[in-house]
Amino acid sequence: MSKPTDLTIAEARDLLSRRALSARELTEAHLSAAERLSSLNAFITLTAERALRDAARSDERLARGEARPLEGIPLGIKDLFCTEGIRTTAASRILDGFTPPYESTVTRKLWEAGAVCLGKTNLDEFAMGSSNTTSAFGHVVNPWRRRGDNRDLVPGGSSGGSAAAVAARLCLGATATDTGGSIRQPAAFTGTVGIKPTYGRCSRWGIIAFASSLDQAGPIARTVRDAAILLRAMSGFDPKDSTSADVPVPDFEAAVGRGVQGLKIGVPKEYRLSGMSAAIISLWERGAAWLREAGAEIREISLPHTKYALPCYYIIAPAEASSNLARYDGVRFGLRVDPGGDLDDLYAATRAAGFGAEVRRRILIGTYVLSAGYYDAYYLKAQKVRALIARDFDRAWAEVDAILTPATPTSAFAIGEKQDDPVTMYLNDVFTVTANLAGLPGISVPAGLDEGGLPLGLQVIGRPFDEETVFAVAGAIERAAGFDALPAVRA
Amino acid sequence: MSLDPETVRRIADLARIAVTEDEVARLQGELNGILAWIEQLNEVATEGVEPQTGAVRMPLRLRDDVVTEGDQHDAILANAPDRADNALGSFFAVPKVVE
Repeated sequence: MSKPTDLTIAEARDLLSRRALSARELTEAHLSAAERLSSLNAFITLTAERALRDAARSDERLARGEARPLEGIPLGIKDLFCTEGIRTTAASRILDGFTPPYESTVTRKLWEAGAVCLGKTNLDEFAMGSSNTTSAFGHVVNPWRRRGDNRDLVPGGSSGGSAAAVAARLCLGATATDTGGSIRQPAAFTGTVGIKPTYGRCSRWGIIAFASSLDQAGPIARTVRDAAILLRAMSGFDPKDSTSADVPVPDFEAAVGRGVQGLKIGVPKEYRLSGMSAAIISLWERGAAWLREAGAEIREISLPHTKYALPCYYIIAPAEASSNLARYDGVRFGLRVDPGGDLDDLYAATRAAGFGAEVRRRILIGTYVLSAGYYDAYYLKAQKVRALIARDFDRAWAEVDAILTPATPTSAFAIGEKQDDPVTMYLNDVFTVTANLAGLPGISVPAGLDEGGLPLGLQVIGRPFDEETVFAVAGAIERAAGFDALPAVRA
Repeated sequence: MSLDPETVRRIADLARIAVTEDEVARLQGELNGILAWIEQLNEVATEGVEPQTGAVRMPLRLRDDVVTEGDQHDAILANAPDRADNALGSFFAVPKVVE
């Protein structure tokens, strides 16, 4: 048997149900790995006692033959999901001392499915970032290293802690959230699989809000099958989220091996950016060839408004954030800084001290684009462009069943790079942000290495609520790619 | 459109975020960089396009107008940075608002 920390969720599930491995052994192996590799800074809070309690309960159920779908599987939880009785930070100082008195719907579902809570993973502050360097709890280190280069690399963001923890084998899987690429970009940077499902698939209730019309939860795991297992447990209608979709949750795992025979796969010509690296272009071409060999038909398609997706996003997301983050005022929870003046002074001092530079920048942009006199020129304009981006996809679905693109324009970069100018950092999400604007499911699958030996991902985008086709195409890519490279740092 | 220092101060005031004069200068540069990049949306013809407010184009669901939870005083006040407990009940406490 391989080391407990090297198992996939599907393998662990099998060993647990055959009682060849106990939930306690599995949990202890991951807790000790997380403690040993704490220098990655993947976790903000480790919940060892809780994890061992969960594992003991799982072992009892396994002994009685009453295993639930995720019985005894140790998971990391992005510290954006509220967890009852466990400190929740959003990687921000402004939530200093906050312990939620309630549980997010997604995490509640995971615990009800028998999963073990290992702890809360690090992220960019309020999920705003593409490098996990904006966290108030310090940056996360990518377990991968560039060949011949000792510099620490970013794990991507915002779900950088979740991605690094999964890649370094500190947990079997993790929850994450994706507003513009925050699941798929870190998955691509760490050689893991990450899926952002259709908007409305996973309840947003109890997830600290960034941009409510774009935010969606999803899993990060080491295989497509594991991502499918986790997503099924996380999904489902929730009356507490007014945008939750009342649709059945299919058996995503069954779709992974379905194959792509007869599927039409679109390759959008607008995603071929000038100056894109040769490694990314050849990976993309290889991906299309694999799918063709597996029986799919590859078609070039056009998504003409692609280049406007990022600027559109950088109006809509900050606008929604400026409204959502208005609640952090030092009155009801979290940090309070009282400079000794009136209530407005308390608000302004608390928010200046509590929010980091990137969060403040986005709140200010959002406040500006929503302010009197500028609303039509910026916000309304962006909403119209958003409609055109969605229409591009609607038209594509008349021709193809899924779309294949690179997940990111580059591989992981060094910590401190791309910090000179906010827009350079924003360009990380150029291939992922369209799926958020149009509400579509998108997955990143590790498919190869660049010249420096760093992982690269391919993205598959699907029709609304057709995650099954997305999983089928991702499964075919995974089988053809045979990606078995390992990060330099791992348990 | 380019922001002057006065506009940066006004936005920060609207957003209730205290800024120092040094920060105003730095923010002016950063925000103008972002806004200049966003301006490219003006190239897109959007006459007659209905603005899209959400990720999915579906009507919002209505629920029955009934109380589903409540009476959670302690849970709500559990994270209060400052609170006042008196004969009238328990409250969030803030600096004096009305003289």
